[in-house]
Amino acid sequence: MTTTRATGAGARDQVARLLMLVPFLHHRDGVRLEEAAALLGTSSEQVLRDLKVLFMCGLPGGLPGDLIDVDLDAIETSEGSPVTEGVIRVENAEYLARPLRLSATEASAVIVALRMLRDTSTGETRALVKQVLRKIEKAVSTAGANHVDVTPSPHDAVQVAQVELTRVLNEAAVAGRQVRLAYFVPSRGEETERVVDPLGVVNHGVFAYLDAWCHRADADRLFRLDRIAKAEVLDSATSTPRRAPRDLDGGLFRDADQPGSAVVTLHLGPEARWATEYYPMREVRPQADGSAVVELVVVDPRWLTRLLMRLAPHATVEGPQEFTESFMATAQETLSLYR
Amino acid sequence: MPAPKSERLLNLLIMLLVQRRPIAKDRIRELLYPDSRPDAFEKMFERDKDELRSLGVPVEVASIDPLFEDEVGYRIPPEAFALPDIELTSEEAAVVGIASRVWQHATMAQATTDAVRKLSAAGIDVDLDALEIAQPLLTAEEPAFETCWVAVCERTAIEFDYKRPGADSALTRHVQPWGVVRYSGRWYVVGHDADRGAERVFRLSRVQGPVRTVGPPGAYDVPPDTDVREIARRLAPPTGTEHAVLLVRHGAGHAFRRTADRIESGVTGPDHRSAWDRVEITRPAVGLADDVLAQGADVVLLEPVAIRQRIIARLEQVGR
Repeated sequence: MTTTRATGAGARDQVARLLMLVPFLHHRDGVRLEEAAALLGTSSEQVLRDLKVLFMCGLPGGLPGDLIDVDLDAIETSEGSPVTEGVIRVENAEYLARPLRLSATEASAVIVALRMLRDTSTGETRALVKQVLRKIEKAVSTAGANHVDVTPSPHDAVQVAQVELTRVLNEAAVAGRQVRLAYFVPSRGEETERVVDPLGVVNHGVFAYLDAWCHRADADRLFRLDRIAKAEVLDSATSTPRRAPRDLDGGLFRDADQPGSAVVTLHLGPEARWATEYYPMREVRPQADGSAVVELVVVDPRWLTRLLMRLAPHATVEGPQEFTESFMATAQETLSLYR
Repeated sequence: MPAPKSERLLNLLIMLLVQRRPIAKDRIRELLYPDSRPDAFEKMFERDKDELRSLGVPVEVASIDPLFEDEVGYRIPPEAFALPDIELTSEEAAVVGIASRVWQHATMAQATTDAVRKLSAAGIDVDLDALEIAQPLLTAEEPAFETCWVAVCERTAIEFDYKRPGADSALTRHVQPWGVVRYSGRWYVVGHDADRGAERVFRLSRVQGPVRTVGPPGAYDVPPDTDVREIARRLAPPTGTEHAVLLVRHGAGHAFRRTADRIESGVTGPDHRSAWDRVEITRPAVGLADDVLAQGADVVLLEPVAIRQRIIARLEQVGR
């Protein structure tokens, strides 16, 4: 809840918003209250409160003509609530017509993002980004920005490729076109080829997935984008009804009652906690010692064994017992190959 | 009733911005803090100035009369206060919009958003969806990142506990940070190491615990013409690509085969359950042991020996 009386950090934020709002209004005609709220990332109520403060400010002296004038009648009802459609009019505030310069943090954040964009783009886009960088660097020359820098890595290039892939797959989904995928299946350690009816790209944790009807499996499947080696949009139209991709907010595998699946409880030591970010967990219960107890739905037991081996020896199965046994057996056999 | 604080701050800002000459403290008190007692005024005025400065408003102290240097006043120079004019075409403005979505770090994303808002306030229309450019994502998961970045921007000395690769324990290091650099997918802080008296590079993921700032901002100068990217390239240890030799069960381990330098079929393997291939790869050492272990009894790592030993040790601890 925001309070009406601006105190503490509230006062500082209010001044910051007004230093942004006044120049914004100065450069545009007929800005409505709700537009100003959208720019400032706040509510119409808050903008109205901000403008009432502005109304009380101005040049020292306190004569009527010295104060900033805000047409409050246009943006406030007689009951004191905001008129979102009302046009904001401010006069006598020319000395605040230009926004505050960028802080060192703001300038460096923008410049580093632009450099990253420059270094990962090609051709005309690259020339365009360079041009923007030159202009921004010239205008905000601050000490900070010169000392932060990025050199893109192969990992960054993968991210760029995924953004492009996301665009291609989403376009195919909208156009109702089939896609042929070359997909790496980690639990089998092999690359497969299949034709899918794409539904759309969805995010979960740090990964993005294509949700699609797979004609090879004759079922809905999720494909992790970084495992798609190739995606070719075909001329053929999709043959299954068009639907929205599934919502993964509730977890990757909500269908725990899928035949053959089981809910497994693991204990992850602090060294293995990172796995909660990378693998779909149904529940994560952090423990006081930095470890975590997690629940996940396992469809393919081989997948779980691989996960436990990857995290070995920092992950243990709390139940069901059978998964401990298969994991221990694999660890034993693997160790024997090193002897 | 005293005016609300935001009103007082804004009036102070306007007064100092509009007057051409510095304004004496007495005059400021008279106009903006009329009902306050002297000590209360001092405290309030100090806090208000600090608050404006924290917004990035340059409140300067200058002598009112060049002939009498001890009489000081306050002012905000308009040219230092305002964003200089920037002319961007609509296409260029769209590029700025895309840049605002690059950061995947909360504070940096907020800083970029605030910068874009200021550009919008300067009359530039930033359309977030006007251009189809695949944008890269910049992440910074290292907890040390934010403090180091701010310290670089403000030129504040820092200290932190740092564990060098191969070292048993962390040492406290004292650094004047010159820059923060992302190099080969990792963040580094570059600066003057006060203990060693030389320039040094520290990988942020090796910083243990919090980074503490020491002393006031603006405490040192970065040597002119410092190129932090070049220093990182020169001083950062090679990012550890390893040449690894693996025995891979025939028909398995495709993740390694896909990127192999060399594959030799039908070699002698550790068991006779299947045929084995010898696969050589070059890749970052990070995660190599994890990836080999995930393959279970289908892949055995022969070299590097240090990673082989780590794998054996991890397997021996399973079930203990």
